[in-house]
Amino acid sequence: MHAIEILGLEKTYNIGFWRKRPKRALHPLNLAIEDGEIFGFLGPNGAGKTTTLKMLMGLVFPSAGSARILGMDLHDPRMKAQIGFLPEQPYFYDYLTARELLRYYGQLSGVDSRQLSSKVEEVLEKVGLRDSMNVQLRKFSKGMLQRAGIAQAILHDPKVVFLDEPMSGLDPMGRREVRTLIEELKRDGKTVFFSTHILSDAEALCDRVAVINLGQLRGVGAVADLTSGVKGKVEIVWQGSAVPAAIKSSGAETHIAGETTRAVIPEQDQDAAIDALRRERLRLISVTPVRASLEDYFMAQLKPSAEEVVPR
Amino acid sequence: MIRKRNVALPAAAILVASFAASALLLWRIDRLRSNAAVEDALYVTSPKLLKRLSLGYEGLLADIYWTRAVQYYGAMHHSGGGDYKLLWPLLNIASQLDPHLTRVYEFGGPFLSTNPPNGAGLPQRGVELVEFGIQENPDNWHLYYDLGFIHYDLKDYNAAAEAFLRGSKLPNANPVLRVLAARMAEHGGDVETARMMWTATFETSSDKDVRQNALDHLRALKADYDVTELERLVEVYKKNFKVFPTTFEDMVVAGLLKGIPADPTGHAYKLEPGGKVLVSNPDDLPFVQKGVPPGYVPKHVVIDRP
Amino acid sequence: MNPRIWHIATNTFREAVRDRVLYNLIAFALLMSGAAVLVGQISIGIERLVVINLGLTAVSLFGIVIAIFIGIGLVSKEIEKRTLYTVLSRPVRRWEFVAGKFFGLSGTLIVNTFFMAIGVFVALLYVSHSFKHADAGILVALYFIILQFLIITALALLFSSFSSPLLSAIFAFALFLIGTFAEDLRGFARLTHGIARWLATGAAYLVPNFSALNVISQVAHDNPVSRQLIAYNTVYALAYTVAVLSATAMIFERRNLK
Repeated sequence: MHAIEILGLEKTYNIGFWRKRPKRALHPLNLAIEDGEIFGFLGPNGAGKTTTLKMLMGLVFPSAGSARILGMDLHDPRMKAQIGFLPEQPYFYDYLTARELLRYYGQLSGVDSRQLSSKVEEVLEKVGLRDSMNVQLRKFSKGMLQRAGIAQAILHDPKVVFLDEPMSGLDPMGRREVRTLIEELKRDGKTVFFSTHILSDAEALCDRVAVINLGQLRGVGAVADLTSGVKGKVEIVWQGSAVPAAIKSSGAETHIAGETTRAVIPEQDQDAAIDALRRERLRLISVTPVRASLEDYFMAQLKPSAEEVVPR
Repeated sequence: MIRKRNVALPAAAILVASFAASALLLWRIDRLRSNAAVEDALYVTSPKLLKRLSLGYEGLLADIYWTRAVQYYGAMHHSGGGDYKLLWPLLNIASQLDPHLTRVYEFGGPFLSTNPPNGAGLPQRGVELVEFGIQENPDNWHLYYDLGFIHYDLKDYNAAAEAFLRGSKLPNANPVLRVLAARMAEHGGDVETARMMWTATFETSSDKDVRQNALDHLRALKADYDVTELERLVEVYKKNFKVFPTTFEDMVVAGLLKGIPADPTGHAYKLEPGGKVLVSNPDDLPFVQKGVPPGYVPKHVVIDRP
Repeated sequence: MNPRIWHIATNTFREAVRDRVLYNLIAFALLMSGAAVLVGQISIGIERLVVINLGLTAVSLFGIVIAIFIGIGLVSKEIEKRTLYTVLSRPVRRWEFVAGKFFGLSGTLIVNTFFMAIGVFVALLYVSHSFKHADAGILVALYFIILQFLIITALALLFSSFSSPLLSAIFAFALFLIGTFAEDLRGFARLTHGIARWLATGAAYLVPNFSALNVISQVAHDNPVSRQLIAYNTVYALAYTVAVLSATAMIFERRNLK
């Protein structure tokens, strides 16, 4: 059974003063997320990521299509007891302490009152907020709020965790901590669905990703599979500062550093370049493939196709 | 989404049911408290304090109290009269809150001074109210007219004359005031005076109900006059022919009448055996005093002056 | 009570208290003590009247202001701060959320009124030196004021569920004013004819009937309140509140929380 099944989910808003102008926030989306995987939902701001998440959480009602989480309907309270959600840039109740906040959420999630206190302490420990347990949330920094948000999302031991931009506003150390937390969630057998526009995080964490832009799905798959499809480059290093005509004419970037020259050329030109160097009797030092990054794949997908030009 | 429908339907049902219940209860509370809103007038011991408390909105509050006064009077009148106990407090508060609300004096005065069941029977208060109005609105000649009318109604012709005279001195006063002042002194109780008063009322008021009422009074006066005159002619006939005429035709034939007489509503008068002249339908002529059958009670309680 | 509704209610109560709403009691206490002392000095035979009138009017007005200002933010603030998202992603139904917010704010107001009532009675004791039997009427007046709070809270919550805080405040306050003169509105309806009559009557029934719930002057003059009125007003207030809350639940149920 898929952890999350999205079947043709779409959302169109009517905007304008008389609410007559349709604005497509999300084109029909089809996705299936497996149990236990970390799934990244990538796209620039405004791509439709948050809209999708809100529809899955039952906060926004889809214009068409449906979805199932853990095989259950989106409004099923039994399903909701088994999912956790971290919204984008949460703020929370100013006057509650972290502990009170989690107790409140735990009560609403139906956590057994006998276990509540210990679970709250456990999860605060896990996100590194134990020392700030009794501090009011209005005194929390952005990073601390983010961690509190994650805490409330996992407090009741959900099977699926939804995170909307979990790294936003965090410094590098904070981001590293969150990454570690997400990896732990996977180790605990949970499914994690998170949206982000920071590709390096997705690359490091995700089993699979989906790329979305302007409300449309542009691609889905394992990171390795996606990046392998993109034509890579190779880096050639040789002795000397001369650049063979063949290499120069291919428009490659060349850097001269002391006695060596380095050029990055498309993979398919590799053989021609090595021949050119041999002809000019330049000593080849190394030929290294530069691995295509997710960013390359991402930017390639984002190029708008003809039909996407949005009519004003 | 199945679950969504599950809430909308019961919620709608609850909404309709509870709202219906609230409306029903509101109706019952209303009946319970039919006078409660006006009764709080009794608790306003100081209209001046109320004025200050209303934070500048005393005009609106005055309108509310005036509306309450009208409803209070109407409701009590409709149910056959009562003690009109709250009338004076309500009118007093309204006039204190907004002394320039002239309707309060124009209608409130007569409401107060007329005897029950058409009014509170407090002539002193009535006069007091209108005099206050005059004091606060010295350029309003019509208030003097209203004051005069109250005195006239109470048959205090001298006071009426004085009021009209005072009013006639205002630069913009309607000339009728001077005429009425002169008339009142000598012929206060005359029918002709009454006719002049009611004609003046009709002509100087722009209120639909007031004019209708004046018209009704004028018609009644005409009918009274007609009946008196017709009965006099019947006596003349009797003197000449030794018997009462049986129909008006007899009187026409005898040269005493030019045609069958009709009342101001257009209906013919009735000649009874024994020489009495009757109005054919007294209900059409409110205020008529002559020509009604013995034991006649007006169908509806009449408002002498709205 | 449903545990989720209870928890949301207690959380709302806690939030209001920590947001220093109860500090209004200090202002109230100052007002009452000041009035009691002043009136005691002047001693013109109407001390009781002034203390009761002023006290009950202050309880009513303070409470209405609190009800409106907290009420209008009950839903909109949660949306703005995104706390609503984390609540609704849990097994909490939307109507439970509405109910919880309502009970939380009502509870806050009842507690607030309780303390104020003590203040009124203390001031009364100070000027009269004893309690009279008729003082029980004050309790009835307070009870009616609480019923008014329930209605206004429900209305503020209704507007909060779909409108901005500013508009909600304006609507709620307007309804409070019109409701205070509801009986006059109905009287006015009786004087009109035709379309105006239908409109005025309809409006008169839609608007909350605060005039029947205002017995302050009556009680100040030691006039008892009839038991029938107490019963009718209770059922009316409950029915009206339930109606408004159902409407709120219906609106909130279908709202897209963008």
